[in-house]
Amino acid sequence: MTERIIQELIDSFPKLLLTALKVTVPLTAISFTIGILIALMTALVQIAKIPVLKQLARFYVWIIRGTPMLVQLFVVYFGLPSIGVTLSAFPSAIIVLSLSVGAYCSETIRGAIESVPKGQLEASYCVGMTFPQAMRRVIIPQAMTAAFPPLSNSLIGLVKDTSLAYSIAVVEIMAQAQRIAARSYDYFWLYLEAGLVYLLICTLLTWLQRVIERRMERKR
Amino acid sequence: MIEVCNVKKSFGEKEVLRDVSFRVNDGDVIAILGPSGSGKTTMLRCLSFLETADAGRVIFDGKEYDLRHSSRKDILDYRKKIGFVFQDYQLFGNKTALENVTEGLIVARKMKKEEAVERGLAALDRVGMLDHKDFYPSRMSGGQQQRVAIARAMVSEPGVIFFDEPTSALDPELTGEVLNVMEKLAKEGTTMVVVTHEMEFARRGADRVILMEGGVIVEEDDSQTFFTAPKTERAKAFLEGIRGGDR
Ligand SMILES: Nc1ncnc2c1ncn2[C@@H]1O[C@H](COP(=O)(O)OP(=O)(O)OP(=O)(O)O)[C@@H](O)[C@H]1O
Ligand SMILES: [Mg+2]
Repeated sequence: MTERIIQELIDSFPKLLLTALKVTVPLTAISFTIGILIALMTALVQIAKIPVLKQLARFYVWIIRGTPMLVQLFVVYFGLPSIGVTLSAFPSAIIVLSLSVGAYCSETIRGAIESVPKGQLEASYCVGMTFPQAMRRVIIPQAMTAAFPPLSNSLIGLVKDTSLAYSIAVVEIMAQAQRIAARSYDYFWLYLEAGLVYLLICTLLTWLQRVIERRMERKR
Repeated sequence: MIEVCNVKKSFGEKEVLRDVSFRVNDGDVIAILGPSGSGKTTMLRCLSFLETADAGRVIFDGKEYDLRHSSRKDILDYRKKIGFVFQDYQLFGNKTALENVTEGLIVARKMKKEEAVERGLAALDRVGMLDHKDFYPSRMSGGQQQRVAIARAMVSEPGVIFFDEPTSALDPELTGEVLNVMEKLAKEGTTMVVVTHEMEFARRGADRVILMEGGVIVEEDDSQTFFTAPKTERAKAFLEGIRGGDR
């Protein structure tokens, strides 16, 4: 490794980090938040067995899980304009990533809700609560404790999936590395460095997961 | 006063409750006895709208509730008049003993937190669990959990508390503490309907005994009469079976 390359890596690192903070992190955070809300609703309409919505939920999960995210990104960003819906790259990525989180996590959340003893729902009814109250106060908090580890996994997976947004011209970490490397031709080192930035984010999240899990452990 | 009228319930082809009627006066403690599968749990569940009966009514303090067709609002209103103690406690796993007891007051009855806490502490005190108020269910024994569950059921001062075999899930050495609490409540005038296999409790703690078999009430007596001079052959056979089992 020559000194020039070392210098280039040192110069480019803040740029990659800044891109991570300005693009990858918001993309992840927004998509995950929306995705979890979608997942909760998708899980709940299936558990509450609400007629039409239940079938819609299953259909949605089936479509999203059965098709590659790359295809979904292309459909939304390059495909929708042909039927008159034009979205810029960042919102397109948010839509696709959220829908993906929503589909995968709905199954996690559904399983977690079903793992809470049904008797606690009945006990909630018997102290006068309604179904939504019981869900909000008793069932979902416990389901979330059970779902936390797999959901953390999904979050970490999502961080890496944001790199797919590169394909629809979102300037995220990969695109930034590409741009810098295009000038110096040090693709090998810059892509490694891009990987390092992802690794940093994921390591931080893993650490956070452990801290929170330990705290939840104490609250039981 | 509670009047239970003509409750019927089938699961598929199987008739589990065949026209059950009885009456609970204020302050009464009624023990419901009967062999396994006679429909005792199903009856309590129908009386709490946890199961929808095929027919039947409850007249509760003058207001009539249809056990088959009641609006959601009526069901909610009705459930605020009852308490239910489950065989396997069913405490809220994410809440402490105190929170378990206050949750219904705060969430369902919109009571102010301070007031709910005050009443919750008093209820825990009555079941001897005040010192465990900050314990989560996973840190309590079965007997302790059941006592908290009893506090949860009675904290709202419901018109009646239904108990479904409250000591059946407990190790034998833990049933005493729960039965003591129940006897104490009974003495204090709490209206209770208790499905149980504990003959001692039925004999000492209950005012009246109802014997169920095959989805019907086969005998109903004050508890003294039931244990000393049962009227029906069924009741005699049942008591014979129990005594045989004791030996
Ligand atoms: N959800 C259900 N679906 C189908 N059958 C049921 C259901 N619940 C109860 N049963 C049947 O109804 C009958 C009465 O059950 P129930 O639980 O009310 O009896 P029990 O008197 O409480 O008995 P035990 O003393 O064993 O608790 C049984 O034959 C049982 O198999
Ligand atoms: Mg039973």
